Amino acid sequence: MTLVLTTIVSGLCVGSLLLLIALGLGLTFGQMGVINNAHGEFIMIGAYTAYLVQRALGDPGSSLLLSLPVAFVTAGLLGVVLEVTLLRRMHRRPLDTLLVTFGVSLVLQQLARDLFGAPSVNVTAPAWLSGDPFVIAGADVPRTWVFLFALSIGCVLGLRIVLGVTPLGRRIRATVQNRDLAETSGISTAATDRMTFFIGSGLAGVAGVGVTLLGAISPTLGTSYIVNAFLVVVAGGIGQLWGSVVAAFGLGILESFIGFSIGQSTAQALVFLVVVVFLQFRPQGLIALRTRSIA
Amino acid sequence: MSLPRTLITGAAGIALLATTLTLSGCTGAKVGAGASGAPSAKSCVDTSGDSIKIGFINSLSGTMAISEKPVQQALYLAEKQINAAGGVLGKTLSVVTSDGASDPNTFAQKADKLLTQDCVAAVFGGWTSASRKAMLPVFERDNGLLFYPVQYEGMESSKNIFYIGATTNQQIVPAMDYLAQQGKKKVFLVGSDYVFPRTANKIIDAYAKAKGIDIVGEEYAPLGSVDFTTIVSKLKASGADAVFNTLNGDSNVAFFKEYTNAGFTAKTVPVLSVSIAEQEVKGIGVQNIEGQLTAWNYYQTIGSPANDAFVSAFQKEYGQDAVVDDPMEDAYSSLFLWKAMVEKAKSFDVKAIQENSDGVSYDAPEGTMTVSGKNHHVTKTARIGVIEPSGLIDTVWQSPSAITPDPYLTGPDYPWAAGLATGASAAPSN
Repeated sequence: MTLVLTTIVSGLCVGSLLLLIALGLGLTFGQMGVINNAHGEFIMIGAYTAYLVQRALGDPGSSLLLSLPVAFVTAGLLGVVLEVTLLRRMHRRPLDTLLVTFGVSLVLQQLARDLFGAPSVNVTAPAWLSGDPFVIAGADVPRTWVFLFALSIGCVLGLRIVLGVTPLGRRIRATVQNRDLAETSGISTAATDRMTFFIGSGLAGVAGVGVTLLGAISPTLGTSYIVNAFLVVVAGGIGQLWGSVVAAFGLGILESFIGFSIGQSTAQALVFLVVVVFLQFRPQGLIALRTRSIA
Repeated sequence: MSLPRTLITGAAGIALLATTLTLSGCTGAKVGAGASGAPSAKSCVDTSGDSIKIGFINSLSGTMAISEKPVQQALYLAEKQINAAGGVLGKTLSVVTSDGASDPNTFAQKADKLLTQDCVAAVFGGWTSASRKAMLPVFERDNGLLFYPVQYEGMESSKNIFYIGATTNQQIVPAMDYLAQQGKKKVFLVGSDYVFPRTANKIIDAYAKAKGIDIVGEEYAPLGSVDFTTIVSKLKASGADAVFNTLNGDSNVAFFKEYTNAGFTAKTVPVLSVSIAEQEVKGIGVQNIEGQLTAWNYYQTIGSPANDAFVSAFQKEYGQDAVVDDPMEDAYSSLFLWKAMVEKAKSFDVKAIQENSDGVSYDAPEGTMTVSGKNHHVTKTARIGVIEPSGLIDTVWQSPSAITPDPYLTGPDYPWAAGLATGASAAPSN
């Protein structure tokens, strides 16, 4: 019984990480339809921001909390720069976007390598996160994971509120549901796109701060997350916030169960296989948007 | 709804692009074609002048650059010292450098160029087992000499390679001996998913079976993986009293962070690592691995006149904070071993060196290395170390004497290893 519980708990841990990295992509790829291969590099930028903030402040606790908003703004602004300089010009040319953002990701990786050096750097976890693990019904839950779980749920709720009740959220939803109609109603879709991209990239930056608690920070950090992020968004249903949440935790628990019963190195491959089969039967993902738009 | 399809098409596009890039990178060399059986090419090494060319092949770019750049620095230090003392057989060494770019195919291609176009007398370098396995057929076909400076998984011996790093019975077996000596009965194996950890763990499994140690778990993470929740949960559930770690690179950071988060410490369940040396400690962050064990043949802290001279010469050249480790020391020593072989053979000829290699020795910083002409490995002392807060490693145990290399574990000391060598990829060629 404890083993099953441990598996589920570690699945929730993996799930919250998946959710955190996929959330921003859910906006830019899911809502706007931009295939951004450089999304992983925004995660990397968030991670290096956490490193720089900690180097400046010294105290691990306050610098972790401060780096969350700083990374959000830094990655968000870089996202806007990318949107305005490149992506804006390739509207509705997804294949070109794919290649251009792939190139951007290589450029950003090399920049990071030149700025911070090829060897990886580290962030020290604050004392209140590195203490003894919590014990929940007999299963050990490391404090870092509780923090990441809370962070991802916090981001989901924040995003839900922004999309649901603010004027910006209404504009974003209108643009996603029918771009032309939104435009004719007087919404500046260009400005909306910029803001959506700001939030999406900013969330990647927040995810970057989160992953510094788990591993080393290196220029290629983003590449290990980008594929999983796309996986969650596609499996959850394009443009569906709740789909991403369900998919992230579902895939996390699935990976954890396979990891426990067969082995960690097979788990990832099998999870992909499951998703591929699933998409054969339900190409629109877990949750599909009902729309009359012909786009 | 056409978005996923677009994505798939796009991904295929990228894959195609990547393939094209790789292919265009390969056109220079016909790697592995008709490897060992072909009559060796006539040597083009020029021995008429005042200088003799040698080749250094290390990854100066890509993921392995972190580890391989310092190895090249050590090689250059040896070259400088040899030239300052009058060269080899009266000839000055002149170095041709190649970048292996962390890619096995590039290693093979550049090695071929070093041997057939630059016409070097010997090549020094390589790191990953994949890079060595890719270069092996090239050296056999072109009849060159490679001096390989890194510990590896054993089960290999080519007449064209000299293995200066430890083979299995000089690192992994003594490390298991040490754990057994400490009364550890339940060992958990964790490693990256590639050739070295899998081969090493096969040997550990056989050892454990014979010595009554339980292997309570054997887990592999994909190279570069940072997700260790499941593996650490399994470790916790297994009740292990020690961990044998063959993870590579940044995965170590993620593993040790997760291990600490789960409440483990070096006192309760120590981790013995075979791929973490002083250079890697810097990258992983000493606070994550302080007090953990390592298994190597050399540490910077070894107190001997030969090592003091090596460390101070290195720091004079590359800065007071420069750190040296086992592969760097092996690389440095490999150049001196080659020099000793050439001087014994009185020739730069590959065949003459092979025939005269047996018994050649060099007083390396780690102790005297003696070459075995039978399998082209060298004798080495095994050392277990503990990682200090300073980031350096202190020896806590060492083998009573230098261990004779036995890459296939066929000697009388390893009856439990019978049958392991049958699956090996290359048979002894000497």
